Amino acid sequence: MGSYLAGRLGYAVFVLWGAITIVFVTVRVVPGDPAQLMVGAQGTRQDVEALRHRFGLDRPLPAQYGSYLGEAARLNFGQSLRLEQPAVDAVAQRIPATALLALSAMALAVTASLPLGIVAAVARGSLLDRAVSVVSLVGQSVPNFWLGIMFILIFARTLRWLPSAGIGGLEHLILPAVSLALLVIGVLTRLVRSGLVDVIHEDYVRTAYAKGLALRSVIVRHALPNALIPVVTVAGLQLGHLLAGAVIVETVFAWPGVGRLLVDAISNRDYPVVQVAVLLITAGFILVNLLVDLSYAYLDPRIRYR
Amino acid sequence: MSSSTITLPLGGTVSVPGHRRGRRMRLRLLLWSGPLAVFVALAVLGPVLVPYDPVTVRLGERLKPPGAVLETGARAWLGTDQVGKDLLAQVLQGARISLFVGVTTVLASGLIGLVTGVAAGYAGGTLDALLMRLADLQLAFPSILLAILIAAVLGPSIANVIITLSVTRWVTFARVARASTLVTKEREFVMAAHAIGADAARLVSRHLVPFAVTPLIVVATTEMGLVILAEASLSFLGLGAPPDHPSWGLIIANGRNYLSSAWWISTMPGIALSLVVIAIGQFGDTLRDYLDPRTVSE
Repeated sequence: MGSYLAGRLGYAVFVLWGAITIVFVTVRVVPGDPAQLMVGAQGTRQDVEALRHRFGLDRPLPAQYGSYLGEAARLNFGQSLRLEQPAVDAVAQRIPATALLALSAMALAVTASLPLGIVAAVARGSLLDRAVSVVSLVGQSVPNFWLGIMFILIFARTLRWLPSAGIGGLEHLILPAVSLALLVIGVLTRLVRSGLVDVIHEDYVRTAYAKGLALRSVIVRHALPNALIPVVTVAGLQLGHLLAGAVIVETVFAWPGVGRLLVDAISNRDYPVVQVAVLLITAGFILVNLLVDLSYAYLDPRIRYR
Repeated sequence: MSSSTITLPLGGTVSVPGHRRGRRMRLRLLLWSGPLAVFVALAVLGPVLVPYDPVTVRLGERLKPPGAVLETGARAWLGTDQVGKDLLAQVLQGARISLFVGVTTVLASGLIGLVTGVAAGYAGGTLDALLMRLADLQLAFPSILLAILIAAVLGPSIANVIITLSVTRWVTFARVARASTLVTKEREFVMAAHAIGADAARLVSRHLVPFAVTPLIVVATTEMGLVILAEASLSFLGLGAPPDHPSWGLIIANGRNYLSSAWWISTMPGIALSLVVIAIGQFGDTLRDYLDPRTVSE
């Protein structure tokens, strides 16, 4: 277990280094001069040169990369160009809002998909099963930014039940969390259903029936625990995707999280903030994947890592 | 479901889909190819029948609801937008953009994936390790985030969207191509070809690539839906299609400011987008089941 842990940790560090490098390569090597972009069309030649010098963009690439890695290790990504503070601080302030949104969406997805999946698996082939599968198909296919706008149209503009933008009480959280959760509900419901359908024919489930247990306790005590192992894994992976998906949903609902900051920073050409925001969301993604890997060993005693 | 079981020479059995299952699958395939055919036809012919005019602005006809008759006597079936442009013409032009970006991106990333996957699988060793580590790295990066980053640096244009999405989506193709190459290169007919003196170029082009292409077709269908969705998302954020190209994502974004007065602007292209993505997804699933008799969906 110890060496497995060390291995996964080492891999996570390697992937993080890769992400930092991909961001570096994208911002510096992709055609298009970030300094020119930051100055904009009205900037003079001198402005561009000054900015290039300020960011060290006039130095050779390997030297830039070396100092970039060094600074990255100390979490120093420079000052934000628009906000009067270090880029890291600007992004860090937005983390709680994004975490709240992503975790609420995940909680919502799990509480909705468990009963939906169970009902569909138990009533397999019925009209109810079909209805659930249509809902999960639609949930997986409908783009969440459009869904968010439709929610605003219906629940905020027409019915005036819920606010359409900003952060505040629970009523502000509902629409963005539901728009973000629907995709995951679709994925998890299918998984709960197929996991249950697979184990329902197993001998131990039949035995549980035979000894006189009620359907409810057969499902909850015997079938579900085994069906849930892949669900936990996928839910973890989906949490990573929720962090990325939050970028777009936050934009729709003016939710003050990392994603909205990222989109604002892109339109302001605030490259230090763009870098940190991308890296931070990716780091969250990597961390969640690492935790999922580790939890797997605890959930399924049959899995032993050497 | 009728299916027969065949015993293999070395022991073990394989289940062969019965006649009825095959026919049901072909029916399902046909069913889902219907909406797809409509999408392609509308994307190709639509802008010819209802021409999209990016320049003319008719302020007198702005925000007309669906079905309204315009001053010209024409009917705006899906209504008009904030500058009086016909929404139907925009949605049809948007279908063309989605189809174009989808097809070119899938071709480009499929080609990159095929080349790298077959090269990694055939060569093995360092090249394989390097390419697959690169693929791992990219999978650890949420792909829409990487796309946002690249698109932000490149600036909004259709060509840049295609480049961005090809760069972010080649990995799945490469992994599948590599997996099938690893299997194929151990098969007897490949060894036989090698034994009678076929060189590497011939082995790869005549034996390995053709076998890698078939599984890629299924991947391509699934990816097509994802790419169309990603293009709409990028355009929605203002990082995809430039403003004079009515991509579905861009129309949806434009309509946000008129939700109270003109709900149809954001609604219509979103319905089109959702229908296309659902149809492509279902078509891809059915195609996979059809081509691979081992998967039986209950």
